[in-house]
Amino acid sequence: MAKEKPGSLQIKSFADHHVITQPNPLRKVLLRVPESDLDDPVGRAEKALAGLSGEFKNWMTIEADRLSAAHAAILGDGFASDNREELFRAAHDIKGDAATFGFPSAGAAAESLCRIIEHAPDLDEVPASLITHHINAIQAIVRERTKLDTTVMASALSRQLRGVADEFLVKVNRDRPEHLEAILAPSIVPAE
Amino acid sequence: MYRIDFNKLRFLICDDNPHMRRILRTLLHSFGAREAYEAEDGATALEMYSHYVPDIVITDWAMPIFDGLELAQMIRQPDSKGNPYAPIIMLTGHSEKRRVTVARDAGVTEFLAKPISAKGLYQRILNVVANPRPFIKTKTYFGPDRRRNTNNAYIGPERRVGGEMEVLQQPSLLDKARTSV
Repeated sequence: MAKEKPGSLQIKSFADHHVITQPNPLRKVLLRVPESDLDDPVGRAEKALAGLSGEFKNWMTIEADRLSAAHAAILGDGFASDNREELFRAAHDIKGDAATFGFPSAGAAAESLCRIIEHAPDLDEVPASLITHHINAIQAIVRERTKLDTTVMASALSRQLRGVADEFLVKVNRDRPEHLEAILAPSIVPAE
Repeated sequence: MYRIDFNKLRFLICDDNPHMRRILRTLLHSFGAREAYEAEDGATALEMYSHYVPDIVITDWAMPIFDGLELAQMIRQPDSKGNPYAPIIMLTGHSEKRRVTVARDAGVTEFLAKPISAKGLYQRILNVVANPRPFIKTKTYFGPDRRRNTNNAYIGPERRVGGEMEVLQQPSLLDKARTSV
């Protein structure tokens, strides 16, 4: 593979830092091609991704079921560290994957749930119904997607959940400025 | 113009979610990559990093055992026997600006917020291939130069000292390469 030769580093030392440069070890993978080159790797990848899309509904169902299982563990044993981590990871995965799988509203509801888990001072003090509504909403969005008019409803549902969750988080974090700042900061991902 | 010869690149993918690994593998293979190794947690990824010596690491953040942030910190050990300079692309569901800063301070080269797109991933790979940044070593940091703005007029906090600022970047091929996208 494209590797640099040992000993090729150049180091410049300053009072409080060093600047280290090396010849670009990946330079050789950059190929000069004529302007007429029609290769379109991004287009090819988008086509390949579209080819996977037949599996997305099934994948999304698996992700939603994993979230429900994590929630069931919490209902049974409380917010022990492992349970909390699994609920967060399951919600976080849906937040990241759902839009790719064609379920952006499920992703938005999962993001709202992640924010609750991350910023609530004490998860045992979070109204159980707030978490349950998020889980149920995600399940409903995933399972009812094929029905008419569910896209608009799913979007409205996730927005409403986010509104309620944010109101709760702002209230319980009023004395925790670092969390309040994070809660109110805009996302770097454009809104749906 | 330029394009990337992906079949000469070796990737290490680290994500605990099998669906995301499948998507990443599909995208990389479609770009032309032939070698893409996969790990489902940070500890396994670190072992594979030492074993396979990948050219580029693509890692999730939230993972069991140790996460993508810790993986980046372990790779960025200046005195390690392995290669501490490999580009690390953090592909994550975290979408808050403060997370970008934390990832940058752990030595992550590029940050890509999910949802993933073919174009977004390609552009990050193009960036690390065509426009590598020099590495900076201080008492508290080792990783790619965190300052992409080389404005000499900057007077804010954490200004490095030590005389006139020197920018030692290599000639950029990025602009030329971008024309191929």
